[in-house]
Amino acid sequence: MTDLTKLTLAEARDGLKSKDFTSVELTQAHIEAIEAGNAGLNVYVLPTPEFALEQARASDKRLAKKSKAGDLEGLPLGIKDLFCTQGIRTTACSNILDDFKPAYESTVTQNLWTAGAVMLGKLNNDEFAMGSSNETSAFGPVVNPWRREGKTDKLVPGGSSGGSSAAVAADLCLAATATDTGGSIRQPAALTGTVGIKPTYGRCSRWGIVAFASSLDQAGPITKTVRDAALMLKVMAGHDPKDSTSVDAEVPDYEANLEDGVKGLRVGVPKEYRIDGMSQEAAKLWDQGIAWLKDAGATIHEISLPHTKYALPAYYIIAPAEASSNLARYDGVRYGLRKPGKDLIDTYEETRAAGFGAEVKRRVLIGTYVLSAGYYDAYYLKAQKVRTLIKGDFDKAWDKVDVVLTPTTPSPAFAFGEKTGDPLQMYLEDIFTVTVNMAGLPGISVPAGLSSEGTPLGLQLIGKPFDEATLLRAAQSIEDAAGRFHAPDRWWI
Amino acid sequence: MHVDEATVRRIARLARIKITDAEAQGLEGELSSILDWVEQLKEVDTDNVEPMTRVVPISLKQREDVVNDGEKAAAIVANAPMSEDNFFVVPKVVE
Repeated sequence: MTDLTKLTLAEARDGLKSKDFTSVELTQAHIEAIEAGNAGLNVYVLPTPEFALEQARASDKRLAKKSKAGDLEGLPLGIKDLFCTQGIRTTACSNILDDFKPAYESTVTQNLWTAGAVMLGKLNNDEFAMGSSNETSAFGPVVNPWRREGKTDKLVPGGSSGGSSAAVAADLCLAATATDTGGSIRQPAALTGTVGIKPTYGRCSRWGIVAFASSLDQAGPITKTVRDAALMLKVMAGHDPKDSTSVDAEVPDYEANLEDGVKGLRVGVPKEYRIDGMSQEAAKLWDQGIAWLKDAGATIHEISLPHTKYALPAYYIIAPAEASSNLARYDGVRYGLRKPGKDLIDTYEETRAAGFGAEVKRRVLIGTYVLSAGYYDAYYLKAQKVRTLIKGDFDKAWDKVDVVLTPTTPSPAFAFGEKTGDPLQMYLEDIFTVTVNMAGLPGISVPAGLSSEGTPLGLQLIGKPFDEATLLRAAQSIEDAAGRFHAPDRWWI
Repeated sequence: MHVDEATVRRIARLARIKITDAEAQGLEGELSSILDWVEQLKEVDTDNVEPMTRVVPISLKQREDVVNDGEKAAAIVANAPMSEDNFFVVPKVVE
């Protein structure tokens, strides 16, 4: 039999439907790949093989009676450890959550199980999703299945959804859930040759997802192909009364118009994204992407997003401010770790000192500082005003264009430790992605080529609010032109 | 914006995170450089600009004012580091 882990989500779905194999066979193939490969890549922080097989057996029963099968029936997925899973340890890859077993299921994962999906396990991520390399995880770093040509140095898979991106690239799940606050879906997708879409703010419910910065956080999938992303997003998205910021709008069948092409589509190219720090190959690939879309019938328009350069500094006020407030809940009283101190305050301080890693502490402290008495107007209020201007730039652009094309990252995957010494250097990883979160827009990263080192690079498409369908259609056009990129064969086993 | 060690300690106290002397010294430089970098926002003219409060213009939905959840004390304390009779147990707060 062919290796079932090499299938795309859509291929596996079709294979199950035509009874080429069962969900148990498909799931077992992934469980074996995880058993063989997880030690080398550190993608799963908690594999759940027994739970997966139980779900797979139930799926096979439903698949036997075709009418009962869901959209993702029998398809094994990986779940970022930021999503609460009922009775199954959820840590956000932080020591402070210790052995936390949620009493409830996040809405997004519940949507997946209701559609018949199978959970292979919980995936590694940067602690509380704070990082761009997956090096801040309490479970240790994830290894990118890609290596530089002829080299054996370990590369980062991007972050914060590094477990998700690496697992998909290494065929250790058919697709994965992820979350994106400043680029945490799109940047790791770009660095691993996978597809990642962050939908419009409000498209997916945030209920049951460990909160980082609530006005920026959104869930989305990381997948092998654009079609798979369409499939996953359709199931993950939808209104939820338990999240007042989730939007009550119809979720279209994203797969239906995927192949309609981009004839007449107006593509914007923002001049402010041609920054000094961009690698030559990223710039070249950007031009290639423009040419592909043009050849496919799109029209190209230079646009201006004048406040682009202020998005990242404004983000590093807003995100830490919201994080310091969200993470106040970890006090050692109701769940998670507790380090007893001499009184209650001392217990809080000891617990949080022991439970949070260095990057989380840094961000909580920055957030506490910018929100502290006398500084609120100068920092937080100022940043929120800049955010209005950033969104205004896009609002003006939408008069002229339907989507915006940019590189996803300035450069390809980097080596372990290369950027950990300087927080600011690491923050620059999100320079092209963060504006999208600030404006609440949908954005997708599509693999578009390889660097001179033989590692993947991605292109980002940004869309109008709730127009993920157009975004996916344009992304399909790029995928058709660029082809797919496969990581080198299982050197990690 | 230079953040001195005393300020780092004051902020850490506000954030309820105990920090060591070595951490305080390291954070002094790190926080200062991050705050220096965000200073560039001062260049942006934000007079007459409203601060962003929501990215998507939706009005909040209302629901009936009814109890729709509860009676699950055991589930709520299930993850507590220390609990007794469905109460969270903490060190003595009032003498």
